[in-house]
Amino acid sequence: MRQVYLDYNATTPVLPEVLEALLRYYREDFGNPSSVHRYGRRARVAIDDTRDCVADMLGAPASAIFFGSGGTEANNTILQGVAAALQGRGRHLVTSQIEHPAVLDTCACLAQQGYTVTYVPVDAHGVVDPEAVREALTDETILVSVMYANNETGVLQPIADIARVVRQRGILMHTDAVQAFGKMPLQVDELGVDFLSFSGHKLYAPKGIGGWYARPGAPLHALLHGGHQERGMRAGTEHVAGIVALGQACALAMRDMRQEWERQQQLQQCLEHGIQEQIPEVRIQGVEISRLPNTTNVAFAGVEGEALMMSLDLQGVALSTGSACSSGSLEPSHVLRAMGVPAPYLHGALRCSLGRGTTLADIEYVLEILPGIVQQARTLSPSFAP
Amino acid sequence: MQYSDIIQEHFEHPRNVGTIEPADAEALVSNPACGDVMHLYLRIENNRITDAKFKTMGCPAAIAAGSVTTELLIGRDVEEALTLSRAEVNTALGGLSPQKVHTSVLAEDAVRAALKKYR
Repeated sequence: MRQVYLDYNATTPVLPEVLEALLRYYREDFGNPSSVHRYGRRARVAIDDTRDCVADMLGAPASAIFFGSGGTEANNTILQGVAAALQGRGRHLVTSQIEHPAVLDTCACLAQQGYTVTYVPVDAHGVVDPEAVREALTDETILVSVMYANNETGVLQPIADIARVVRQRGILMHTDAVQAFGKMPLQVDELGVDFLSFSGHKLYAPKGIGGWYARPGAPLHALLHGGHQERGMRAGTEHVAGIVALGQACALAMRDMRQEWERQQQLQQCLEHGIQEQIPEVRIQGVEISRLPNTTNVAFAGVEGEALMMSLDLQGVALSTGSACSSGSLEPSHVLRAMGVPAPYLHGALRCSLGRGTTLADIEYVLEILPGIVQQARTLSPSFAP
Repeated sequence: MQYSDIIQEHFEHPRNVGTIEPADAEALVSNPACGDVMHLYLRIENNRITDAKFKTMGCPAAIAAGSVTTELLIGRDVEEALTLSRAEVNTALGGLSPQKVHTSVLAEDAVRAALKKYR
């Protein structure tokens, strides 16, 4: 049976060149960068080189780049770290209704500690309006956090416009760029952000590595205490091999960025046109809006996403549902609800996310089996009258 | 989400999918929290369920619960059918995970609602 992986927004395989780097720093150059002997020095140099590489990619000074375990740690560090650093100035944060749980749950945690959080809505395309952010700002606001690209829909947010509004008021701006990092050019000065989160395993580096950009001088307290690593901002012996692997993945992302963007965009269009032509009553989220070229969130009226996902899995296609029932909650996706997706579609969403390994033959296979699977689920459904 | 082999099998090959027109008893029940909807149709002759059909909009567990419920119902008299519980559905499915137990509740609701209207 053909195997098709369409869940690159969940995670990506490690590329061969990245694995090589990883193995070298596990097996040979395994030193602790805090050691002063040659093993340590070699590891230190490798980290410094990677820091330069990531800094280059973001148009930032190397001193502004910090490595940690991934996107969740980065988001926690920035939200909790700014809140701690500025609690004397104010205790209000602004974010959006469509953030990743790593932001939403951290905000909920801060709310329990006495902070107030405003969640700005999105329009029907899933876009945050900078004016809505402006209206949410108060004299107490210390940080605004809006994601760069939504993980469920791929919809891009107007971060530069939002940052302009936010920084006019002297407030700090963070963007969780985990899904966009490595897929498109991101320049922190053009965006006007003070903080930016990134993760390795969304761009063909291993799980367990990631980090953040913090504008030099921006107030931030560390989350982890211990050693002096990462200039005291992230204690704990560095995951040297992971950091080097991330650097290698960034280099490859930069090298192939334009080509992969265009290639995946063509596949995305092929997938979306095929679905719209062959299957009635479908709704592609954010279809008229700037999106990542790898993400298609498509909902089918009258059926349930997990059942579709499982039928696809039985035929070799791996992807995610756009609804959260499978992750233990009965509620449909908070992102689709925030967008006001109509009820018949709300439970029937699938997320197809493409990547470097996706081929036209993969998309054609999906288009071959998906109409039948949706048809079968609709035959079973009392909510769908054909 | 891990499912038992029985759930997997019922999901892949659901039994008694469809409608009975006209049915001797039927009910359309839903769980607004997760969006699951189940429509149950029964044919009852001489106080005994001789046929059962269902349609479900829901996750694999909800589909399997509908399927196994029709199997459990066929051949029972109305009083026996009224004793069908969520626990029995759960056991027949080889065990539902805690976040999927609500699918057996929906099946029990459908049976009770259909037979309540019948009696």
